[in-house]
Amino acid sequence: MTAALSGKEIADKLEKQLPGSIVESSQESLVIKSEFLLSVATFLKDTPGLDFNYLAAITAVDYYDYFEVVYQLTSLEHNHSLVVKARCYERDNPTLPSMVSLWRGADLQEREIYDLMGISFDGHPNLKRLFLWQGFKGHPLRKDYR
Amino acid sequence: MEVDKQTGIYVPSTELDKLDKTESNQIEALKERSQQPIPDPDRWLDEELSRNILLTSVDAMLNWARRSSLWPVVCFPACCAFEFIATAASRFDISRFGMEVIRASPRQADLMITAGTLTWKMAPQVRRIYDQMAEPKWVIAMGACGIGGGIFRSSYNVVPGYNRIVPVDVYVPGCPPRPEALLYGIRMLQRKISEESIVTESR
Repeated sequence: MTAALSGKEIADKLEKQLPGSIVESSQESLVIKSEFLLSVATFLKDTPGLDFNYLAAITAVDYYDYFEVVYQLTSLEHNHSLVVKARCYERDNPTLPSMVSLWRGADLQEREIYDLMGISFDGHPNLKRLFLWQGFKGHPLRKDYR
Repeated sequence: MEVDKQTGIYVPSTELDKLDKTESNQIEALKERSQQPIPDPDRWLDEELSRNILLTSVDAMLNWARRSSLWPVVCFPACCAFEFIATAASRFDISRFGMEVIRASPRQADLMITAGTLTWKMAPQVRRIYDQMAEPKWVIAMGACGIGGGIFRSSYNVVPGYNRIVPVDVYVPGCPPRPEALLYGIRMLQRKISEESIVTESR
């Protein structure tokens, strides 16, 4: 059984390494400031003892006031996992850094989120719609769609 | 009209009675001539041949051939495909209708069974498959999604019925339809084909 790491414990480590990067943390997850997201992800992936070498899933949630993107990280080496979140408060052109440079598996999932939720990912090599066609109006999984 | 008292036979007296008599003579004569059946038109065949050749009309022959070898093309975008697979497999066995050959190439197929929800992104490919099928061709809209989009009808990406994309001959309702329902739909289509004629065919 994969052990779910406590968000609070990881937050303490991160606060020492990257001060000011944490918005909030709980037992289940931790929320990262979007400008720190890439450096936090690099830290989580490359630090010995953490070694989150597998990005299991990315999802996005529309909370009306902001979008929240959820990264589910797993270490195949240590068999533990962690949930990391980042928020976008802009609605017109929400943007987050892309994770493709760290985990290639992020490629299609970020395209899916861009397609259906309308969140752009900086540094993505091929950010096009995935399920809908080019020219489709709007992003249908947003709460205010139609 | 008068009757001969001794013989009891009508004696024609008026013009109308004479007409009746003429008709009676005609019928009697025809009946006299028709005591033996007219020989079948294949009498010129010798015995060996006549046991192996059937004479019929071109329509009946063509329709029999067409409805008895309906080869479906692969067009299974969603879950109805599994009911189709069950229909094709041994328990329900559509090879009884001469259609177990499910073609991967539309150019060898006569029938499109639209087993599943169609998205607008997939719609051009379905139309292309239909266009590539050789005439004559038929379409069975299978399941609620094939008929009218089903529960996904109001979705942003679902075609509300295959008849927006291709002409549909038979609609099989169900979500998904049982194999029996699909077989019934196939029988309906076969009946429809058997009533077509190459002369008036306008497809």
